[in-house]
Amino acid sequence: MDQKRIPLNLFDNFDLATELRLGLPGSDDQTEKKTSLSGNKRSSSEMESTTCSEENESRFSPPMKEQVVGWPPVRSYRKNILQVKKNDSESGSGMYVKVSMDGAPYLRKVDLKVYTSYEELMKGLQAMFKCNIGLYSEKEGYNGSMHAPTYEDKDGDWMLVGDVPWEMFISSCKRLRIMKSCEARGLGDS
Amino acid sequence: MTDSGSTDPTRIPSLPEVFLKRTFSLINSTSDRNSLSLVCKDWYNYERLTRRHVSIRNCYAVSPEIVAARFPAIRSVSLKGKPRFSDFNLVPEEWGADVQPWLSVFVTAYPLLEELRLKRMSVCDDSLEFLAMNFDAFKALSMLSCDGFSTIGLEAIATHCKNLTELDIQENGVADVGGDWLGFFPENLTSLEVLNFANLGNEVSFDVLESLVSRSKSLRVLKVNQKVSLDQLRKLLVLAPQLTELGTGTFSGDLVSSSVNELESAFSKCGNLQTLSGFWDPSLLYIPALYPVCGGLTFLNLSYSVLGADELEQILTHCKRLTRLWVLDTVGDKGLEAVGSHCPLLEELRVYPDDPLDQQSGVSESGLVAVSNGCPKLHYILYFCQRMTNAAVVTVAQNCPDFTHFRLCIMKPHEPDYLTNEPMDEAFGAIVKTCVNLQRLSVSGLLTDLAFEYIGKYAKNLETLSVAFAGNSDAGMEYVMRGCPKLKRLEIRDCPFGDSALLSGLSQCESMRSLWMSACNLTMNGCKKLAQEKAMLNVEVIKDEDGDDSLANKVYVYRTVAGPRKDAPPFVVTL
Repeated sequence: MDQKRIPLNLFDNFDLATELRLGLPGSDDQTEKKTSLSGNKRSSSEMESTTCSEENESRFSPPMKEQVVGWPPVRSYRKNILQVKKNDSESGSGMYVKVSMDGAPYLRKVDLKVYTSYEELMKGLQAMFKCNIGLYSEKEGYNGSMHAPTYEDKDGDWMLVGDVPWEMFISSCKRLRIMKSCEARGLGDS
Repeated sequence: MTDSGSTDPTRIPSLPEVFLKRTFSLINSTSDRNSLSLVCKDWYNYERLTRRHVSIRNCYAVSPEIVAARFPAIRSVSLKGKPRFSDFNLVPEEWGADVQPWLSVFVTAYPLLEELRLKRMSVCDDSLEFLAMNFDAFKALSMLSCDGFSTIGLEAIATHCKNLTELDIQENGVADVGGDWLGFFPENLTSLEVLNFANLGNEVSFDVLESLVSRSKSLRVLKVNQKVSLDQLRKLLVLAPQLTELGTGTFSGDLVSSSVNELESAFSKCGNLQTLSGFWDPSLLYIPALYPVCGGLTFLNLSYSVLGADELEQILTHCKRLTRLWVLDTVGDKGLEAVGSHCPLLEELRVYPDDPLDQQSGVSESGLVAVSNGCPKLHYILYFCQRMTNAAVVTVAQNCPDFTHFRLCIMKPHEPDYLTNEPMDEAFGAIVKTCVNLQRLSVSGLLTDLAFEYIGKYAKNLETLSVAFAGNSDAGMEYVMRGCPKLKRLEIRDCPFGDSALLSGLSQCESMRSLWMSACNLTMNGCKKLAQEKAMLNVEVIKDEDGDDSLANKVYVYRTVAGPRKDAPPFVVTL
């Protein structure tokens, strides 16, 4: 096991735009990155620029959960205290879950309690990420749209959003991930 | 003086032994004492016979027997054990740094031992009991970032240490097994000056705590844990208005039996309060109760409080004399602007991350610049951020040329200047060029060998350097090893430095206290070569379970007069 490579491997699932490289200034990727960072706006072209075939290489895997061991350098004591606080606050009012979208360098947080139905949630996500998620159908999942929202439930399984009744979804959703449709195939099949 | 007629300037006049010993016993500074001991044999002897305190910065650099043989009159010991990266889970458990071998020697050598301060040591309950029962004069125990003990060990300390003045338990891996350890302090113990149990998770009996505080008239430091309510805190303050340092515990909940005014009144009687910490879940409603003491505060530790910019600013407007401030990055750049506006005397700032994976939150370069603009006396910074620019750090260096400690952690490895996409070399170059008194440096972000060339060229007072995910080649590390004469501690992880870099600093290795390298390009052969060249070094490799046997993934090198470790676990191989 080539240990020194571990940190780089863990970033395989990140957007290519944030990967280490020494590109020429002024190339598309870098200007994209600049605008994302300064304005939190991303052009729709960014969504289409990476094709599904590149992403298929990495296969379906949930967003990176673990960090590099011991990084950033924060004492375990401190990490534990802050983690306990988060767990406590999560059981309180508001139900914030993290949302990631394939192709976006940042995670967002959304309060599920604010929504009362899947429709509202989709609207909220679409507004947040400026993307089209489209309609869910029991048979076809989100086929026909670019993106498919998925979520991680209490058991750690990744499910397609919309499969279960809203109440059940609210109580079991731990985090959301908006995947590219082509990758989400296989999730919708029951 | 017997040699008043001599004109030889190299001849040291012989002063009476009694006089010298008496004089030396008044000297406390370790560096002064080290200098004295080098003058001549007699002075070496007088110094060693009168030394009361010894600081052992690496418990394996020397053995307890050697210490006891040289210094027979020690009353106070401070002992540091594991390499610093053990705080971040890079060192396996059972690595070592057990305090017991030291106690076993001290029991005969220093039966009158009064103080023991431990950092990153393994301490088990049996050792705490051994300490409590065998040292009748024992007064002060402080443990920071230690592990292996539980509240049962604390029970023993409370029970047997009749003269206890200090019990300071900080950020340890301590198992709180409940029970009522605080209740083991005898009713007639009135000598406590320092009590810090903020680390412990379980409730203590408030009646017991109240009684202890009430009868400890010399109590000046009290740091309670999260289970002490605001009401209870108020009662404690009324009993101990003489406190200089207070850890507030949670600072939340409802004030049941009193009001905000009464809390404020309790604080207003604490005219000596200089340090405040705790605030694990502060009720913002009660923060104004602190205002009476804010004006006198020099150190405010809010690093466990999830506060926003406005909340922080509200507090800081009252804290004009602050010299040290620790916060969470939830205060954001706006909160740091408030720091720059309200705390002109600030010397130390630490900004810790609340949620390292959340790239939306936290602080950036503008917060750092804002602080440097408003706080020209800043000399210590620890800053966790998601992004940074070279230009910002250059500005900071110009604003605050007196940095002695510059620890910048850009949390994503290999992150470049986010505006120019260039490496962060120039940032750290500016720091080392401008801040000539720099003693401690932690670098981060995308760095090439150039950053290390700057460090080697300019950081002539550098003593501690921490490096992660940086550099291109062996040359990087070689610049540092050859260029930094005062380097004492070097810790490196995940960098492309190999054997030749390790061997480039042969002369340096002996003047350094320790070197840690993990996830670099070292091989067993390279480490063996180092071990062969330098007999005064322990070259230890921490073996992985899997992994290529020819590679050395975790290497810890340190100078020692005690030879190879006798207590090394099977996974630590001394070459």
